[in-house]
Amino acid sequence: MALRIETVNLSCGYGATTAVSDVSLTIEPKSVTAIIGPSGCGKSTFLRSLNRLHEAVPGATVHGQVLLDDDDVYAPQVDPVEVRRLVGMVFQKPNPFPTMSIYDNVASGLRLAGVRRREVLDDAVNRALRDAGLWGEVVNRLSSPAHSLSGGQQQRLCIARAIAVQPQVLLMDEPCSALDPISTLAIEDLITRLKDDYTIVIVTHNMQQAARVSDITAFFTVDGPGMAGRLVETGSTEQIFRAPAQRRTEDYITGRFG
Amino acid sequence: MLLVALIPLFALLGFTITRGAHRLSPSFLTHSMAGIPPLSPGGGVYHAIIGTLEQVTLAAVLAVPLGLLVAVFLVETPLRGLTGPVRLLVDVMTGIPSIVTGLFVFSFWVVGLHRGFSGVAGSIALMILMLPVVIRSAEEMLRLVPQSLREAALALGLPRWRTTWSVVLPAARGGITTGVLLAIARVTGETAPLLLTVGNNAFINTNPLHGQQASLPVFVFNQTGSAFDVAVQRAWAGALALIAFVVVVYMTARLLTRSNAPR
Repeated sequence: MALRIETVNLSCGYGATTAVSDVSLTIEPKSVTAIIGPSGCGKSTFLRSLNRLHEAVPGATVHGQVLLDDDDVYAPQVDPVEVRRLVGMVFQKPNPFPTMSIYDNVASGLRLAGVRRREVLDDAVNRALRDAGLWGEVVNRLSSPAHSLSGGQQQRLCIARAIAVQPQVLLMDEPCSALDPISTLAIEDLITRLKDDYTIVIVTHNMQQAARVSDITAFFTVDGPGMAGRLVETGSTEQIFRAPAQRRTEDYITGRFG
Repeated sequence: MLLVALIPLFALLGFTITRGAHRLSPSFLTHSMAGIPPLSPGGGVYHAIIGTLEQVTLAAVLAVPLGLLVAVFLVETPLRGLTGPVRLLVDVMTGIPSIVTGLFVFSFWVVGLHRGFSGVAGSIALMILMLPVVIRSAEEMLRLVPQSLREAALALGLPRWRTTWSVVLPAARGGITTGVLLAIARVTGETAPLLLTVGNNAFINTNPLHGQQASLPVFVFNQTGSAFDVAVQRAWAGALALIAFVVVVYMTARLLTRSNAPR
């Protein structure tokens, strides 16, 4: 239930500007890959190009390839909707559907894909909420509005919603930046558990977080405002934080830059 | 200054209530003008209430889906080049005088297509007047729906239309309903287009598809035009009934806004 992602000379941008250019990166299945780098280096844009959500923005451009186990997700016959069913995503701010209950939020992906049978939905919701570590907290109020949950619970609900459709890959765009330290810890525990089943890519501003949860770290940077971001180096998290090969990486993780 | 600004409102309300209240009775609300000679004091607005309810409901049934479709087109589709001209057209529509709308439906539908006067002809005129109001308010409400919700739905693998239908529209439901009710309240008092499309009727005509029909504003207009006191009294009572109807719709809109505000 996990696929390898490989990007080949991937460049993405908006209109005439390029946000991130020429990224070739391999993301291994059943591991956590952290993407770190200063603001504006295009790491979020890169992440959003992996499930073709980037193109939902008017004027978005993509060049190069994103291979999901050797299939190019940007091939002309590929429907972006199919890609997004395989590659789930969790966002910076918790964004549960406000008009739906806790149960309906988790069931939404399946329901909208045509699953109607109550037992199937119940099973999937139960499993997703357990996997997201939220089951115990919400078991007695599955029909309450999603907005009655705290911020950290809402984010775990969003993770449950994303994994309920059993994607192959889970993308996380700074999933803890709007949360307090305790909720952050809960999400980080969750990421560590989820990597047994999923390919996880997490964008984070928090280097301690990258060091704590990831196996592989990719460092992106940008040379100046208005310029395109680029991938500087990638390696095992241990190597990147202990002995980075590039000066730019060392400057960033030691706090001399960015 | 505030009080000065409110004088016209209270004067109007007070005037209508003092003139109309004594004539507004249960019997007035439950009887039509059938068989009431001009000089006779009886009669009521039952037939006009039925007409107004039918005409306005039908207008809303036509205007809401059409207006929502345009609003969704303006906000949710990536065809940036077309949204400018469409929005301009909607703005122009807002400014069209209601008598012109009535004339248009009169010459196009009533005469041109030989449909004759009927409730539905009036509904078409009212729909044209409602449309820009519905479109603009729904557009504003759809824009208030956070982009992050659309992204959440798209990232779950929902197609665009499904995202709009199952996530964006429900999130904007409260605001859209309020806008629709305000548009209804706004066209309920329209008189000029109804004179040219529905006409008037002293009898109860429950069929909006055929024949002339009464309505509250046209009832008020007709009774006011009479030289007899009993008719003028009926006009004031009818005006009060019309105001009451509009106030109820406004209040519903306010209540819905409060309980359903976008969160």
